[in-house]
This record gives sequence, C-alpha cells and structure tokens, in this order.
Amino acid sequence: MTRLLAMLYKEVLQMKRDPITLIIMFMLPLVQLLLFGFAIHTDIKHQSTAVFDQSLTQESRDLLASFTNSEYFDINYVAHTFQEANTLVDGGRAKVAIIIPPDLASNVKHGHSTPIQVIVDASDSTSSSTAISAAQAIGQLKSQELMLKHNPRITDTDLNLYDIRIRAWYNRDAVTVYYMLPGIMGIILTMTMVMITSMSIVRERERGTLEQLMVTPLKTWELMVGKVIPYIFVGYVQTTVSILVGIGIFALPMRGSIFLLYGLTTLFIIASLTLGLVISTISKTQMQAMQMSFLVFMPSVLLSGFIFPREAMPAFFYYLSALLPMTYYIDILRGIILKGNTLLILYSQAAALLIFIIITFLIAVKKFTRMMN
Amino acid sequence: MLCGLLRPTHGQAIVLGCDTASDTDQVKQRIGYMSQKFSLYYDLTCIENMKFYAGLYGLQGQIKKDRIQNVLKLMQITEKRAVLAGSLSGGQRQRLALGCAILHRPEVLVLDEPTSAVDPTSRRLFWNLLAELVKDGKTTILVTTHFMDEAEHCDLIGFLRAGRLIANGSPQNLKAALPARLILLDYPTPGTSQQALKKSGMPYLDAYFFGQHFHVLIATHTQIPKNLYYHAADLTMEDVFIFYDKQQRKGPL
Repeated sequence: MTRLLAMLYKEVLQMKRDPITLIIMFMLPLVQLLLFGFAIHTDIKHQSTAVFDQSLTQESRDLLASFTNSEYFDINYVAHTFQEANTLVDGGRAKVAIIIPPDLASNVKHGHSTPIQVIVDASDSTSSSTAISAAQAIGQLKSQELMLKHNPRITDTDLNLYDIRIRAWYNRDAVTVYYMLPGIMGIILTMTMVMITSMSIVRERERGTLEQLMVTPLKTWELMVGKVIPYIFVGYVQTTVSILVGIGIFALPMRGSIFLLYGLTTLFIIASLTLGLVISTISKTQMQAMQMSFLVFMPSVLLSGFIFPREAMPAFFYYLSALLPMTYYIDILRGIILKGNTLLILYSQAAALLIFIIITFLIAVKKFTRMMN
Repeated sequence: MLCGLLRPTHGQAIVLGCDTASDTDQVKQRIGYMSQKFSLYYDLTCIENMKFYAGLYGLQGQIKKDRIQNVLKLMQITEKRAVLAGSLSGGQRQRLALGCAILHRPEVLVLDEPTSAVDPTSRRLFWNLLAELVKDGKTTILVTTHFMDEAEHCDLIGFLRAGRLIANGSPQNLKAALPARLILLDYPTPGTSQQALKKSGMPYLDAYFFGQHFHVLIATHTQIPKNLYYHAADLTMEDVFIFYDKQQRKGPL
C-alpha cells in the first residue's frame, strides 16, 4: 500500500509539473463539443435555392411560399431561363433549383397533375437527402390541399388510406446534436485516455527511470494501477465538462441516472487506460506509442457506431468493432442520456467493458514482465 | 541480473543468501542500485524524488522524514532540496541518485559505472561518501567501473572480460600475483625508448606509451641488459588489467 501511494504521489506531482497538458485535456471537451455541436448539422435547413418560375401566377407564388415556409429552402436567386437555373446549381451558388412549368395555373384549375422539377446538388449526400425529402413532403401536402379545395366531398381520411404516423422516439425532432454529442464525449475520452497511458511507461523506459523503478520492490501491478488511477480523475473532469457543455449549451436531455452514467463511464475510462498500457508495453518509443494510439482511435471513430450504424457494416467490421470499448460506450452514452436506460438494459455493455479491462490489464502485466526480461 | 531484473540464462545468482530468480522481492528490498545514467525524475525536486523512493521501499512517517533529512545532509544537497532534479549539476545529480539508493539502508549497494559523467572533484567527493558508507561495516558496495584508479579504492577486485571473470582478489594480491614487473625506460623521448628496447633484444610482455614515458612490462625472471637505461616502477591496476586481458586473448579462447 505504501508503494502504491508513493506511485500515486509521484504521478500526481508529475501531472502538476506539466500544467499545459492538463489544461489541454480539460479544454479539449469544451472546444470539441462546441465545434461539433455548432458546426455539424446533418439536418440542413436554409439551403440556397434558385427558382425558375415560368408560370408567374398566384398558384406558383403560393407553391413557392410553402417551400420557403418549410425553412428548408431560401429562395436567393430568381432565374429567367432554364439554363440560368442550371448554371446557378453548377456553380454551387444554389444547392437546389425549383422549375415551375408555364401551365401550372391551368393544370391546377382543371385538376390535372403538374410536374414540378426540383434539381438538387447531391454531391453532399446529407444536405441533398434532407432537401429531397422536404421537397417531396411539400409536394404531397400541397396536392392534398388543392384536392380538398377542388373537391369538398373528399375528406381528410379519404386521402390517407394508410395513415402512417411516424414518431421518432428519444430524439423527437431528430436533432443531430443530441445524436452526436454523446458520441463526441466518448471520442474525446478515447483519444486522451489511450494516448496518455500509452506514453506513460514508454516515457519511463526512454528516460531510463523504469530500470530504477524495477530494482525497487515495486510490483508490476502496483506500477500499472499507479499509472491508471490519477487519470481516472482526469477522465471524470473531462466527462463533467462535456456534460455541462451538453446540457448548458446544447440543451441535451439527461433522461437516465447521472450516477449510472458516471459509474459506467468509470468502466470505459479504465478500459481505455488499460488499453493504453498495453500499447505502452509493446511500443519501444513514444513515437510508436502515439502512432499505435491512432491505430485504435480511428476505428473507434469509424466503427463504433459513432458515425455509421454498426448494423450496416460488413460482418468482418461488425465483429471487429465488437473489440473496441468505444462500441459499448456509445450504447451506454446514448442509452442513458437520450433514452434513460437503466443498468437492466445496459448490463451486457457494462460486462463487455469489464471483461475488456481484465483482459487488457493481464496482457499489459504479462507483456511488461516479458519486456523486462 | 544481480538485482533481480534479469533471469540468469543458466546457473543461479545468490545475493545475501537469496536466489535472485526465486527470492526476487527479498533481494530487491535489501539492495540498492544506482545506474550510470541518471534515472530519477527530472521534473521532481530532490526531496520529491527521495520521498517517492522512500515510499517504494516501504518507509513511512517519522522514519521516512528522518532518513531523508540524514541522507540529504550526508550527500551535501540539503540546500538543493527544493530544486528540480533536472536543474542540478552532474555531481549533485549523482549524489541525489546515491541518496535515493541508500534511503532504505541496503545491505548491498550496486553501482553501475557511477562516475562516468562527473568532474574529478565530484568524483573524489563521491568516493569519500562511499568510504563513509562502508565505515560501519553493514553495507557492501559493488561497483563496476572502467577507471582503474577507482578500482584501487576497492577491497576486492574482479576483472571481467567478455562476460567472464578472468581474475579476482584484493588490489595488493592481484599486483603481487602478477608474474611481471614494470620498468620505465629513461630515454629522452618515448620514441627513442621504443627503439632502444627493440635494439636490446630483451623479451617483454608488453610495452606502451604512457604520456612522456615508455612503460615496459617484463616477466619477473627476465634479465635486463646492462646497456638499457631504466628505473623500476610500481604496477598500476591498469597494468594488471591489461596483462590479464592480453593473456586471455593469447590463450585458448
């Protein structure tokens, strides 16, 4: 116990001697969350729109009004030829072009359908899909409105034989920030925790201090635990900053128990730290450790379900992602913050993290012993 | 290996009656080690480094405080206690490292080329400190060194060549056991000394330039020709070492 305390004493002192790293670690969640939260919106509103209105009638103005009222389209350009509308989209000044045919008014009067052409710049898939679905919805709504006006005998229910009402649970308004922020919290923890511990033992080896440590009665596990514990608290600070920014600035809901969140976050932090220890015992230089951390970091971003749903992955990557602690933590974060899940639902994720910790810790101890020999 | 860091590839190593492979913890608790490279923490102060190592050896409370005070005083770094180890001079760092290695009063102190990067004054002070440590007769010090003048300080010397012990004994015994004596040739320059040696045809074991002098190592029974101007000199440890080294090289290796 004295030895472990000495180890903690030393690690904490060294942490304090390097205040810049410490400040960066605390600022990181703040900066990252603000960046991601404000800059990344996958439900893109107010897309620059060009209009080539060949009808110029009450009906066409009415239709365009419903486009602008949806807030998805801002009519910034009025084109006078089809070519002009095309050029606006080609040049990227407009993301969407709406072409209204000359016979719109007469068609509407006679109850004929009229093709309205909507050109969408699909080089950016997220913004284009939002535009497409918004345009379709507007078309449908408008048509129903007109049919009702022309034929008062038709009731609302006749129009919708299948009345599908979609309710988006947990994130009713499909706010991207809600979906992204919990993931970013996990990404920040992965990045800092894995990297910090991956450097720790290699650094001692590079400086020659490890040799001196190993001739003392200090046990391998004491060394490792001593390296891990101080950073658990750094992880807590990061998590707290993230949660405060999430709730305070982005109005993130906290539907589950905050204690459970911290409890399971502890597991994730330890899992990341022990993974870092493994990296530290197999790399020869700090540079190598850094590169290996990135090797863990990239799949954590891409495969964990943070960006792409795991269900859509090829089998190989699906199972590969099951080896990453981040995969489970994403479930935990979204589960507790957005769905209000309890441990009853999240126990398998918790168990997976626990197993991960035990295995990586054993590997680290074993690799370390072999390295010293 | 003696500190329990490496396992012997074969055979066994006994330190203080403990097998280094099986009783590693015992051995580690009872020995102190200081390496040639400064291996304490640059970003901790002297006293912080000491507190850390005292803790690793299980020292606590008042004993820990007293020991640290004593060692700081003994190592003459009390006024540097709050200075970062990284800002100390080479000699001070070396004394700090020695201090950390003796906090737990080890029975055996292993020093691996402790004075390899230290100025002569600090080197002298360091050896005085070592003499101080062994005075009470409770501590054995094992030093590896390349400096043969340092080796003369020791009670017992072992020569290692390519991992094998080729000779060992006290400095006096090692010198006495050498079937050779040293003569200095008295010619104006080392060059003319060398020529005179060649001309005389006297068989010799070794001959080498030593500053402005020319040293010749000859077998004890060798007759020195009358026409050679020389005077006898005391063997140094360096001569002894080179003698054994050459012998090994010539012998069946």
